[in-house]
Amino acid sequence: MMSSNQALGILLQIYQSLLVVALAPLLTGWVNQCRAWLQNRSGPGVMQPYRTLRKLFHKDAVIAYNASLLFRATPYIRFGCMWLAAAIIPIIAVDLPFSPAADVIALVGVFALARVFIALAAMDIGTAFGTLGARREMLVSFLAEPALLMVFFTASMISHSTQLPRIVEALAQHQFVLYPSLAFAGLAFVIVLLAENARIPVDNPATHLELTMIHEAMILEYSARHLALVEWASSLKLFAYISIGIALFLPYGIAEVGAMAGNWGSALPLAIIALLVKMVLAGAALALLEALLAKMRIFRTPEFLGTAFLLAVLGLLIHFLLGA
Amino acid sequence: MPINHPNLHLTQLAGAIPAWSGKIKPDDLQPICRNVHDGGGRLVALWGSDDREQGNGYALHIALVNEAGLICLSVPLPAGQPAYPDISSIFPVANRMQRAAYDLLGIYAHEGRDHRKWLRHGAWHGGSFPLRKDFDPAPSRTDDADSYPFVQVEGQGVHEIAVGPVHAGTIEPGHFRFSVVGEKMLRLEERFGYTHKGIEKRFESMSLQQGEKLAGRVSGDSTVAYAWAYAMAAESIAAVTPPDRALWLRALFLERERIANHLGDLGYLGNDVALSFGFTQFWILKEQVLRNNGALFGHRYLMDSIIPGGVAADLAEPGKRTLFEECSLLEREVRVLRGIYEEHAGVQDRFIGAGRIEPRLAAQLGLCGLAGRASSQAWDTRVQFPCAPYDQLDVQMATYRNGDVAARVIVRFDELFESLRLQREILARLMPGGQLSLPLEKLPALGFGAGMVEGWRGEVLVAIHTDKDGNLARVHPHDPSWQNWPALEHAIMGNIVPDFPLINKSFNLSYSGQDL
Repeated sequence: MMSSNQALGILLQIYQSLLVVALAPLLTGWVNQCRAWLQNRSGPGVMQPYRTLRKLFHKDAVIAYNASLLFRATPYIRFGCMWLAAAIIPIIAVDLPFSPAADVIALVGVFALARVFIALAAMDIGTAFGTLGARREMLVSFLAEPALLMVFFTASMISHSTQLPRIVEALAQHQFVLYPSLAFAGLAFVIVLLAENARIPVDNPATHLELTMIHEAMILEYSARHLALVEWASSLKLFAYISIGIALFLPYGIAEVGAMAGNWGSALPLAIIALLVKMVLAGAALALLEALLAKMRIFRTPEFLGTAFLLAVLGLLIHFLLGA
Repeated sequence: MPINHPNLHLTQLAGAIPAWSGKIKPDDLQPICRNVHDGGGRLVALWGSDDREQGNGYALHIALVNEAGLICLSVPLPAGQPAYPDISSIFPVANRMQRAAYDLLGIYAHEGRDHRKWLRHGAWHGGSFPLRKDFDPAPSRTDDADSYPFVQVEGQGVHEIAVGPVHAGTIEPGHFRFSVVGEKMLRLEERFGYTHKGIEKRFESMSLQQGEKLAGRVSGDSTVAYAWAYAMAAESIAAVTPPDRALWLRALFLERERIANHLGDLGYLGNDVALSFGFTQFWILKEQVLRNNGALFGHRYLMDSIIPGGVAADLAEPGKRTLFEECSLLEREVRVLRGIYEEHAGVQDRFIGAGRIEPRLAAQLGLCGLAGRASSQAWDTRVQFPCAPYDQLDVQMATYRNGDVAARVIVRFDELFESLRLQREILARLMPGGQLSLPLEKLPALGFGAGMVEGWRGEVLVAIHTDKDGNLARVHPHDPSWQNWPALEHAIMGNIVPDFPLINKSFNLSYSGQDL
């Protein structure tokens, strides 16, 4: 027989999965709206990504005649990967049924899987731009991935676990304790977040200059529902990354299933409000960062991500030296 | 005399700038060009005309410039074999102009090394020439594929990226063929002509006044420069001088065009390094200038404000106040923005060293205008051949020698402030009252005149030939982009692919102006 905790856990898991899919475009819309305000523009409103998705789902897909199954399947695979990632990260509660899967190393693997497919699909058609984008994406990601792992390891050292829920639990219990090692890891994580989500200064999500694109160059050939899924997956990815950032560095306010068995009616809304507030702040901070920076020359990216790696390693060293 | 050569007899043309014209034999073409080249002169324009109705054959015309002024030479060519000696070995910039002259008129350079078509795609057959007077205007679109032999680069790992003519942004069409190794650009080859509209042919059936409208539409961002150059050429043939007030207003329009375009470009340059903040700030300012244009002169881009013999738009006293206020606003805001651009490490890292053209190469290629001044090529028509009212304004030329994107940005800032200063001075000197234009209905028969104006991009030249009834027989508008597009192919060498849009934007050349 299922205990009430398990039933609640499954319910919460389903709830969180649907919540992230529904909220991810809103976050993208919010970031874009903040960018618009910072540039003195009125902006299209936070709901614009939903309108774009609706428009794209109503269009007929145009596919190059030499596209293989890989090209058609990739949007679904990428969307699936990003949804999975966003669903297993402890966003509103720890201790969900899928929690054991939320191992940080597995998470990095899920992101890598999606990347491999989108890069292969970009080269599948054989256009110069797709190949160009795929090549650059690989240049960025092979440097971002180790830095991301080092960030995770620093957090794991503190909590003695590579499972995100355990890390979050461990960190959330020490209310407002400053870990010097985590401060370094946090900086490194911001750099990785910018690089992995095709944000300024590494990539420019708003550009029309095909020769400068990274992520956009890879998806130039996609249209209609495929493009919608790719865009939605990008929103989910940004959502997932910011969620990871919150989970690692600002976990306060998250609900624990075990603790709220009796009063989940009050803990859950609190957790959602805490999440929304953190997302709004993180989105605004991202927009501010993007407004202040210019895009760097592409061969500066290795230095930029090398800095991230170095910071993460420093975090790790400081943990060993100070034990915090 | 501007050139000393035993077989050359020049006559000075009437008009606002020092200009001469003369006839030479084909055999004298190369020695005279070499003479001008060695004296530090440049080739401005090259075009042809069909003079068979006057009992001659064809003619090649070239416009040269040296420190004395503009020299327009005509080379009569026999109708049977309209060939002339190649001058692209002296002036590399002549290459594309010679090829265009063949596509349009069928006159060709013998011994030339490059005989590929330039402006012709598939709109007319290779053996027919639209600018000949007996050209059949009935549609004759060819069905053969538009093949064009690009130069191939060979070597391990070299591949090509073909970009355009349709681009991801809303910009003019042009094809760029990159040969790259990884991200490094080894070679760029441009292919244009996609916006060929038959402007030169259209001029032939137009009256002087209609021609003014068309000249103002050769390249929309330089409408004032073209309209003034056209009017200057017509006034040179008719030997009339427009009223003072008209000249002051023309200078005001030209400087306002420069201000608007420099503001727009500075914004775009920020946008191309993803500093959208700079883009929106500069475009707010540009929009302010355009709105003032619309409110005061009736057209946001000042189209049709200049007519042969004068101007068609006036500035009332209250309008002056608006423009003085605009000057103060722009000076204040642009100074702040300049500080931001210059102190932004990320922006400067992208600008400095990108797309460099050394002064020596610039001189060899005949780089002109804004891009030339960023590579130490000190040519500015307003300074060297100041037509009225520039002769009373003492324009300060901005030159830098780095020749990179950063230098082209600094030149834009400097010229922007100089134009604002000029605008203030023009407004202060513009006395109320006075005639706006002289009647100029018809031009004398068999006349020739040329007008040259320093547009925001560089020198714009318009040459007019009239027939025996005084109608427009041939009008050649020349855009500085002819000179500077080939230089872009050199500027990108050794740079990386994602820097191309930025380098290209730092030149911001016209497609329409050179495709005609």
